Amino acid sequence: MRFFADAALALRLLARDWRAGELTLVAVAVVVAVASVTTVGFFADRVHQALSRQANQLLGADLVISGDRALDASFAAEAERRGLKVARMLRFPSMTAGGGQNVLAEVKVVTAGYPLRGDLRIADVQNGTDRRATEIPKAGTVWVDERLMTRLQLQVGDVIEIGKSRLPVAQIITQEPDSAIGFINAGPRVMLNDADVAATELVQVGSRVRYRVLVAGTPAAIADYRGWVTPKLAPGQRVESIEDARPEIRSALERSEKFLSLAALLSVVLAAVAIALAARRFLQRHLDACAIMRCHGASQSRLVRLYLQQFVVLGAAASLAGCVAGFIAQHALALWLGSLVTVELPEPGWMPALHGFVTGLALLLGFALPPIVALARVPTLRVLRRDIGAPSGMGLLGYALGAVVIAGLIIWKAGDLRLGGMVFGGFAGAMLVAGLLSWGVIALVSRIGGAGVSWRFGIANLRRRPMASVLQVVALGIGVMALLTLTIIRSELLDLWQRSLPPDAPNRFIVNVQPDQIPTLKKFFEGRGMVMPELHPMVRARLIGINDRTVTPADYSDDRARRLVDREFNLSWATQMQKDNRLIAGYWWGNKPRTDQFSMEDGIAKALGVGVGDKLTFDSAGSAFTAEITSLRKVDWDSFNVNFFVVSPPGLLEKYPASYVTSFYLPPGNVELLNALVKQFPNFLLIDVAQVLGQVQTMITQVSRAVQFVFLFTLLAGLVVLYAAIASTQDERLYQATIMRTMGASRSQLARANLAEFAVIGALAGLIAAAGANALGYTLASRVINVGYTFSPMLWAIGIFGTVFGVMLAGHLGTRHVLRIAPLRVLRMLS
Amino acid sequence: MRVVQLGKQVTTGDSALTILNNVSFDVAKGEAVAVVGASGSGKSTLLGLLAGLDTPTSGSVHIAGEDLFALDEDGRAALRARLVGFVFQSFNLLPAMTALENVMLPLELAGESGAAATAKALLERVGLGGRLTHYPKQLSGGEQQRVAIARAFATRPALLLADEPTGNLDEATGAAIIDLMFELNRERGTTLILVTHDMELSRRCGRALRLAAGELQS
Repeated sequence: MRFFADAALALRLLARDWRAGELTLVAVAVVVAVASVTTVGFFADRVHQALSRQANQLLGADLVISGDRALDASFAAEAERRGLKVARMLRFPSMTAGGGQNVLAEVKVVTAGYPLRGDLRIADVQNGTDRRATEIPKAGTVWVDERLMTRLQLQVGDVIEIGKSRLPVAQIITQEPDSAIGFINAGPRVMLNDADVAATELVQVGSRVRYRVLVAGTPAAIADYRGWVTPKLAPGQRVESIEDARPEIRSALERSEKFLSLAALLSVVLAAVAIALAARRFLQRHLDACAIMRCHGASQSRLVRLYLQQFVVLGAAASLAGCVAGFIAQHALALWLGSLVTVELPEPGWMPALHGFVTGLALLLGFALPPIVALARVPTLRVLRRDIGAPSGMGLLGYALGAVVIAGLIIWKAGDLRLGGMVFGGFAGAMLVAGLLSWGVIALVSRIGGAGVSWRFGIANLRRRPMASVLQVVALGIGVMALLTLTIIRSELLDLWQRSLPPDAPNRFIVNVQPDQIPTLKKFFEGRGMVMPELHPMVRARLIGINDRTVTPADYSDDRARRLVDREFNLSWATQMQKDNRLIAGYWWGNKPRTDQFSMEDGIAKALGVGVGDKLTFDSAGSAFTAEITSLRKVDWDSFNVNFFVVSPPGLLEKYPASYVTSFYLPPGNVELLNALVKQFPNFLLIDVAQVLGQVQTMITQVSRAVQFVFLFTLLAGLVVLYAAIASTQDERLYQATIMRTMGASRSQLARANLAEFAVIGALAGLIAAAGANALGYTLASRVINVGYTFSPMLWAIGIFGTVFGVMLAGHLGTRHVLRIAPLRVLRMLS
Repeated sequence: MRVVQLGKQVTTGDSALTILNNVSFDVAKGEAVAVVGASGSGKSTLLGLLAGLDTPTSGSVHIAGEDLFALDEDGRAALRARLVGFVFQSFNLLPAMTALENVMLPLELAGESGAAATAKALLERVGLGGRLTHYPKQLSGGEQQRVAIARAFATRPALLLADEPTGNLDEATGAAIIDLMFELNRERGTTLILVTHDMELSRRCGRALRLAAGELQS
């Protein structure tokens, strides 16, 4: 009963404080904190969903089941029963004829609904404007891609022969979502309706048909379905989703998430600074209230309970308001981005709201709890002697719990101990250094005399409350540092990253070059004034043993490892390590190496659970060979160069059947070269990675835009920090201004004194922010993003001068009214 | 109230400073006692000890038969809640609360029902019935002290402690406040101990205890 009686009292006290405006700053700080966190959270959630959906466009679905033989009809039936979207597809290579030419093409047979994800785009005429297809080819007609049209010299309306059928071309395909997944699907394409496939008589026993069931739905339903279908798969059948997609796409997605989580971290820190300042001010202003209540018989534990209840209710209400504000803000963001980005953003989930709510409450309590406990210990004697001030424990130590809460939140938000730890370490270290540095500089500056009375008064302000000054400098420094870090991320890191995808990155792969074709191919390139790209030998082999045990797919629970063992590896040999590879364990072989060595890609080694010293046995064309892993490499998949999971020194693989593979950059529009290449080397498989590259780059652009918006939001949070910092010294300023005016100081003298003070605070904060942001940017660039980073002098200039100007302006606006109030009124207000 | 050999020393560095030395006196129920003395004579320290806001170096204070310093801090707080009311020199009203809410606060802390009605009646009694919803900063000094007196009497304390209640007020206002305090004191049978260096005020009390350099003069 007592508890509830007090809860009601706590609510009444809360209402009174709220009405008196005592809590506005705390509430605003929490609202902004939660709003920024949830805006980022909601938006990151939507972008993430959109990004994975866009990645899913590369699959044409959320989930694909594929196999060499017809898939069990129950797979599609069960997916339909579960309310998932389903389409079926067949693919096989076939000769096509038309216009007196014969071309080997990839035939794609689809059912209604294809593609479930991504756009299929078509045009009425060649080189005409394309549009999004809303259906599939009508029965009795086909759609043909531009390359096949060119090769067969067809026009829309002409007839194409596929097997026993002769079908008119109704549309030209300009873009297919699933054209670039896997090496084998990159030939010219023709698409026909499922109803027409029987008549072609191409699907027979022994024909090379690949069967697919495409499924799309909510992530949870897809995961459930995947759980259902996986144990029912026959050998040679597999399930693929975006997680299984090609490494370069996965790495782009992972990096997108890192960028967004980083952006969220910065708002958390800013919010914490504002909340810490606001809570501190609130509690300082309640010392008297506490002393009075203690006089009236409230025990310490009861005071703690009363204030705790107040803060929980306040925190919950403000967090809720923040969530609503965040939800509205992210819609505004989506609208703003809507005109820039054509991709459709799905509705956000509710998790970001929960995250925001927990964040707001945890931040507020983390920073309010230690002062509340200290506050309850306020000496009751304060009612008789006002000079008895705050009880101990309200200083820096009081922020320890808050710091722990922030560290926890950051690591939680980062979802990654290393990244979270680095960011927290960066901020914590910067705070410490900033505190010590500003302490020193304030001490130093206050020795400079003779610069006019206003300047002296301003500096005296700093010196008179060194703790408050240092705290303001540190808070503002962190705020601006967050802004600058985000600026760096947005402009520099992102640029660096985009530049790490050079515009002349290889966009064509040539696979299946036979050893005797190499001299002719060289001539082909040289005859066109091009440099023959580097050829890499490739031997196909199946992994059959690790050390002394036999390996089968069933040995692994991990999907990727299973597939690796199930499929054939592409092995290669080389003397030198490729430039885009980095050795992370073991050693690279010298000039006269032992031949039985492998260098393995780090990720694949992890998936298979092997490392340096393990022996792998492969089977190629019926004969087995064994070698020891002597090094692990990190491969930069973003380079789009040809790369191999397993490489050996020369001398091990040469006796097995090998073909060659290469990648090169083909300037857009140079179709002639491709046609000539195919004509001269009909056995070559040419793979167009331009589309994959384009899609990855679209993702990057979208992420960078999202970060840009977050930057605006962080700016808002920074301003709240600034306001909170000014407000936390407001009473003192009022009192001081009053005394000085009573003693005859003019308003302009006081204004100049304030400006001098803010200029020093701004300069110090800006200096700290620029230094910290540079250090953090460098660390992030070198450790997380893996790109080189150069220190930018502009950052220092913008950081310092921008902060000085901003703090002086905001400080002037924030303290202007102090100078306008009649001294007598102030004295009465503060008495 | 019985005060026995109360002493307070504070140690600053190496030297010990005696603020109160061997102070003993009794105050009967319903009595009005003034504690007078020059600045620094230990008046406020004595009042703080009588209220249990501070702890003595030696001696004891009994209120209504209870040994104040045998209780812990929370126990003393509970005793204050039950028996003691305060009026301060600097009023000590909470700026975030209206006059009514300031008077309600001790009642609410005591968990009493009808806090608003009691507080309203008290404010009317002290002549502030028309200013219930005004904040302290909207009230004059005399009005603020009247709110403080209403607050002090709100829980019907057996003992009222007042620290220089007229110290911040002009003469006329101070006299009106004193009248009010004594009226309420009579009406409610409260024991009154007040610290002052206002001789006029001390004469109105039944008895004056004179403090000099921490010792009680006879």
